[in-house]
This record gives sequence, C-alpha cells and structure tokens, in this order.
Amino acid sequence: MNPIAFLVLAALLVVAAVTVVLHRNPVHSALALVAAMCLLSVFFIALDAQLIGFLQVIVYAGAVVVLFLFVIMLLNLQREARALGSGALVVAGGAAALAFLALMVPGLVRVAGPRPADVAAGYGETVALAERLFTVYLLPFELTSVLLLVAIVGAVALAKRTT
Amino acid sequence: MVDVLIVVAKAVVVFLIALLTMGHGVFFERKVSAVVQDRIGANRASIFGIAGLGIVNTLIADPIKFLIKEDVVPAGSDRLLHFLAPVLAVIPLLVVFAVVPFGDVLVVGERTIDLQAAELNVGILYVLAMVSLGVYGVVIAGWASNSRWSLLGGIRGSAQMISYEIAMGLALVGVVLTYGTFDLQEIVRAQGAHLGGWLPAWGILYQPLGFLIFVVAGVAESKRIPFDLPESESELVSGYFTEYSGAKHLMFMMSDFVEVVIVSALVTTLFFGGWQVPWLARDGFHFPWGATLPLPALAVTALQVLTFVLKLHVATLVQIVVRWTLPRFRYDQLMRLGWQGLLPLSLANVVVSALFIAAFGEHFA
Repeated sequence: MNPIAFLVLAALLVVAAVTVVLHRNPVHSALALVAAMCLLSVFFIALDAQLIGFLQVIVYAGAVVVLFLFVIMLLNLQREARALGSGALVVAGGAAALAFLALMVPGLVRVAGPRPADVAAGYGETVALAERLFTVYLLPFELTSVLLLVAIVGAVALAKRTT
Repeated sequence: MVDVLIVVAKAVVVFLIALLTMGHGVFFERKVSAVVQDRIGANRASIFGIAGLGIVNTLIADPIKFLIKEDVVPAGSDRLLHFLAPVLAVIPLLVVFAVVPFGDVLVVGERTIDLQAAELNVGILYVLAMVSLGVYGVVIAGWASNSRWSLLGGIRGSAQMISYEIAMGLALVGVVLTYGTFDLQEIVRAQGAHLGGWLPAWGILYQPLGFLIFVVAGVAESKRIPFDLPESESELVSGYFTEYSGAKHLMFMMSDFVEVVIVSALVTTLFFGGWQVPWLARDGFHFPWGATLPLPALAVTALQVLTFVLKLHVATLVQIVVRWTLPRFRYDQLMRLGWQGLLPLSLANVVVSALFIAAFGEHFA
C-alpha cells in the first residue's frame, strides 16, 4: 500500500474511532463506527485479504451497526450531557487502554521496520483461507458456530419467557 | 497509463448501460402502469408526433424540474446527516456495477480486454457489502429529518432490508456452490456450456429455487410495491424521504431505481447467462443442428454486449410489471415471509445444493 495513502487512511481511522467514543450524539457515534469499520476493511483489502475485508463490511457495517442504530432510534436516545462517563469509568477505561497498549507495544517494536513479506501472494484469497479454516483451524471454527448457536438459543429463550 | 484509461472507459460503459436501463425503466414504468390500469398513458409528451419518443423529453425535463426546485431542510433536523443521507443512499448502489461483466473480451490489436470494470475475485461479496451499506441512507434520512413519518419509515426500512439481505445472501450461496467462485465474470463464462449440446447451461437450471428466493428478496431490497412499507404513501406520506425536496428527493427516487437495475443485472448475470448468447462462441455461432456461422471477434463482442443490455431490460420490465400488479404486504406478512418463508427455504436450498454437488461432483454440468 502506498505509504501516503496508508497514513491518510490510518489518520482517518483514528479520528473515526475517537469520534465513536467522544461524540455526544449516539447516532453520530454509530455512524463514526461504520466509517471506522469501512476504513479497517480498506486495510484488509490492501493486505491482500479481500474476503476478510468485504466480510468486515457485510457483517459489521452492514448488519451489526444497523441494529445499533435501530435500537438507538427505537429508544429515541438524545444527546448525552457528558462526552465521557463518570470519573470512575474514565479511570477504569484508561487503565484498560494502557494495559492493552503495554501488551501491544513490545509486539509492534519487534516487527517494526521494513521487512519482506513472508506470506505468499494470494494468501488471503477465498480458497486459501477456506482451506486453512477447514483443516488447521477446524476445531475453533466449529466451536465458534456452536457459540453462535448458543447465543441464538439464548435469545429465543429470553424472547419466549412469559413474564 | 493506457491500462488506467481502459479501466476508466470500462467503468463509463457499464455506468452508461446502467443509466440507459434506468431511463428505459422510467419509460416502462409509465407505459406499464397505463396498460395495467387500462388507460392510455404518457401520451402528452412526444417528439415529431411520436409518443414513444416523448420519453426523451421526460428524461430531460424531470431531473431539471427536480434540480431547480427549492431545497427545504426541516427545522430541528440534523443538517449534516440530512445532507449526507441521499448521498449514502445512492453511491453504494451505483458502485455495484463495477463488478458486473457486460461482455466477454474485446480484442484490440495485441490487447485482450476483459469486459468487466473491476476484475474482483470476490465480486459477489462486494455486491452484498455495497447493497448492505445502502441501508444507511434510509436509516439516516429517517432519523435526521426530525419527523415522525420519516422515523417510522427509517425503522421499517432498516428492519426490512436486514431481514431480506439474509435470504438474498443465502440464495447466492447456492450459486457460489454451483460455480465454485465469487467472480461474476467466471460465473458467466461457466454458463456458456450447453446441456445435451443445445440447452444453454444457465444458472436458473441449477438454482431454480435460489433464483426465486433471490428475486423476491431483491424486489424487497428495492423497497418498491409490494414491499414498499418504508415509503408507503397511503400511511407515511413518503416514509423516510418525506422531508426531502428537490435534488435530494430525486436521489432517493433514483436509488430505488438503481436497486431495480442492480437486481436485474444480478439476475441476468447469475441465472440467465449474463452476456452469453445461446450457441455463440468466440468464433461465431455453432448451432445444435450442426450448422456454423463464423463471425469476426468484434461482431461477437458487440452481440454479447447487446444481449446483456436486452436481458437487463427484460428483467427490469418484469419487475415493473410486478410492481404494478401486486398490492402492498402488511408489516407482519412482510416479516413472516422473510423470516419464516424465505430464510428456511434458502437454508434448505444451500443444503440440497451442497448434497447435489457432493454426490455428483463439483460443476455437475
């Protein structure tokens, strides 16, 4: 990917992500999340992972956030009085963010600097990805589907419960 | 440099094909509605006394009328989102045509040009991604207008589009299983075979149920009658775009029409052989009774592009006849059809298709 394009898109992605957290209007936050998801998918596509990139758009931008918006509109949520939550929430969230950063930085330092691509071209293509998914990662893949099934059954059970 | 120009030229051509079909769609809409309602329609505009040419007037006059009207932004609306909504409604739909193949190859000197603007190996996923982004225009328009009609339309629209996108995506899984690729051009090429030497092996032969599910879900996605609950004139004025006027209103109307043409393009490409002409190979016709008619490469390409445009028109015409024939669903009927009708059917279609392919091998053609 062109370094200038990367920097511009990465900056936009950070702006969108920060907007999600800081904007007081829940609808604007949700839309910033859509923008962030779409930008993220651009990076996936640039990394030769078109399948993941478009699935990202279909699943997150096209379905998950639409449901967020649906709920926000249905509940008619208004502008929030404060951009951030209470002091305790800010402290806890900040601590979690710092802990995540502490985990990420050593890894990023280790891979920093230009390196030759150590994956073959076509690594992220559908056939290659599917092959790995159904051989090496078969167990986690099937377990994930069980997890989704549990979630569906749980949702149905909650909806059917008579009060 | 030349490569870039070729891509631009292909994008322009496919866009023009889409616009041409949309323009004719508007004409069909007027004429078909007149025929269905047993009246003489659209007979005031004419050129040199020929009523059929009057559509040219309409196609020029209508947008001009919309463009020069006052643009009203309702009080208390979210100005930024009110402005963005029509853009978000129409742009994701227009870019879909980038992956629709409109011909086989065009040979110019040394160059062989694939007649598909973006040669994307995940074409079907790209289409689904862009169509699913189209829902934001509806939702945001409903929310940003600060109007109850709009909000109700927006909420209905989001629920409806999500529900039918699932069936639409699952219907396409059957197609992907059949042809073993996401690439629309590959899928069309695979439909060039002939069963028993004479019957074109079009997708509808392998995926008849998938075709029906896809068409129903596709018509629901276009938010037109019988699935026009987000707009339903008789109860919500214009639904999510009640508070829009002028050019923005035109963009919402256009987005519905673009969606019709997208459904036509996908139905043509996936189920009716795309640009394939029966018995036409790259060197000319090979009729099943043994005769051959050799044609120059350029004539073959032109014939294929014309065939694609013709199929696009037929598919659009059928959708317009449906729109003027059926009454609107009730909301509970709409949800029941989506979740209890189309979803189980499309799942069954996936399972049956997968079993077929497992039993008779990949490409059971």
